[in-house]
Amino acid sequence: MTQLALVIDLNVCVGCHACVTSCKEWNTSGWAGPLTDHRPYDRDPTGTFFNRVQTFEVGEFPKTETVHFPKSCLHCEEPPCVPVCPTGASYKRKDNGVVLVDYDKCIGCKYCSWACPYGMRELDEYQKVMKKCTLCIDRISNDALPEAERKPACVLACPTSARLFGDVHDPDSEVSMAIREQGGYQLMPEWGTQPANHYLPRRKTCIQIFEDELERADNPLRKEAPLPAAEGETLDDVSF
Amino acid sequence: MHPAFSVIFLTTLIGAGQGLFLALVTGQLYSLANLLQPQDSLSFYATGSFLSLLFLVVGLLASFFHLGHPERAWRSAARWRTSWLSREVIVLPLFMLLVAAYAAVHYSGLTGSLFVLQDVIEVDASLLLGILGAVAAFALYICTAMIYAGIKFIEEWHSPLTVINFTLFGLASGFMLAAAFSAWKGVDLVGFYSSWAVVFTVMAAVSRSLSLRRNSHLVHKSTLQTAIGIRHKGIVQNTQGFMGGSFNTREFFHGASENTLRLVYWFFLGMVFVLPVLLLGASYWLASPYLPVAAFAVQYLGLMAERWYFFAEARHPQNLYYQSMA
Repeated sequence: MTQLALVIDLNVCVGCHACVTSCKEWNTSGWAGPLTDHRPYDRDPTGTFFNRVQTFEVGEFPKTETVHFPKSCLHCEEPPCVPVCPTGASYKRKDNGVVLVDYDKCIGCKYCSWACPYGMRELDEYQKVMKKCTLCIDRISNDALPEAERKPACVLACPTSARLFGDVHDPDSEVSMAIREQGGYQLMPEWGTQPANHYLPRRKTCIQIFEDELERADNPLRKEAPLPAAEGETLDDVSF
Repeated sequence: MHPAFSVIFLTTLIGAGQGLFLALVTGQLYSLANLLQPQDSLSFYATGSFLSLLFLVVGLLASFFHLGHPERAWRSAARWRTSWLSREVIVLPLFMLLVAAYAAVHYSGLTGSLFVLQDVIEVDASLLLGILGAVAAFALYICTAMIYAGIKFIEEWHSPLTVINFTLFGLASGFMLAAAFSAWKGVDLVGFYSSWAVVFTVMAAVSRSLSLRRNSHLVHKSTLQTAIGIRHKGIVQNTQGFMGGSFNTREFFHGASENTLRLVYWFFLGMVFVLPVLLLGASYWLASPYLPVAAFAVQYLGLMAERWYFFAEARHPQNLYYQSMA
């Protein structure tokens, strides 16, 4: 069985919101649209988005890190929002595991949003139906597009390639390898929802350097001290 | 959670309607066992169950205001296998139908004995409908409460106490309404219904205080650390991803101040548990037909505040992502 998902690399994300705007641009005019806005050019603008980027600061100065945290539907393998829907408007596709809402069946009761611990669903204030990330189902399943473009808009837009897209059930896929090799984790694992989307943690690149690797033992500038050559060959005499 | 008035009206009104119907059936069973004087079919049972039906209809109407697409409400009966909301949508009209049939049987006087059980109990159509309706009433309490208790993420609600509270509050207000109705009609059942109303009110006070205690000591499973998956004690949110708010900040926060919350808390404790019992006690001595009506009105207002507080005290784990609100 296929389970399509995103893997988001928090080590790479710079918080530029390109995924947010490209998601809105694609989806407001696509199959899942419109994503309506309220007071878009006024005070307190608000509206429907499938994807948001939040920013957290971890630790206290000087040991601080800024973490940009993109947040969209995690397409859980055990989606708690689906069984609670009274009409069957919320469903999880059998063929690729994407969680979707049938806008024609949704009655706008908001019960599914209560049943999502992550708060990934948003009620559209104008259409009065529940909306959520579709993983750009109209892109990824569109055979008319060249294969390289059959990816969610956010993935294509990300300038730092912080977003990977693929089948997390295929152990050899790019996303599975990233999860396996770079410590991919799930959000709120305590609820057993098995989110398909994973996040890659912040990673520090460290190399270990010893003192003698920084300074040659027979450094000619150190005139005061006797050269170690008198004591026989040093490492620097035999290596380059 | 944001307390929606449509849902507050729905749960309190149908709760009282169910309770009133259960009270009428209880009265009928008592008179069948010759423990109470039999009452007039038309003026007591038919009018009483019409009143119950009125509460259910108004409650149902209120629930439509919660929906974005009320014209599609019929669709919500589809997923009764998995959704408690769907089950409620099926049981509520079924119960209303039984109440209407019960009212119709009493109204048209079709209360002739159908058969006799063990040579003593004369079973008529109203008794059968009453017992079926009572079963549906209890099923409806469970369905309504399980909508809330069934969401494991909202830990304040995810407890058997939620189901017990909804049932006991419904019974208390329903029997209170029956006492008010009897007093208004001048029927000699005020004492009977009042005593049961007091019993249920006291039981509800015990179970609600248990759930209030439980919620005040609740340690939530999810933390900001598990929400974003970063193991550090000092995490501060800098941005939420928007400035003007979103569905997430509107639906999951009550937006009331700590003082308002305290006020509602003490208001509902007094209005639901203390004042109605005192009013019923006073009506026992004064034999006034107005005091039980006042007792019900006071308790109903209190129950609306209680339901508001029930929503306000629930903290959804998604609030962790909106620290400036939480």
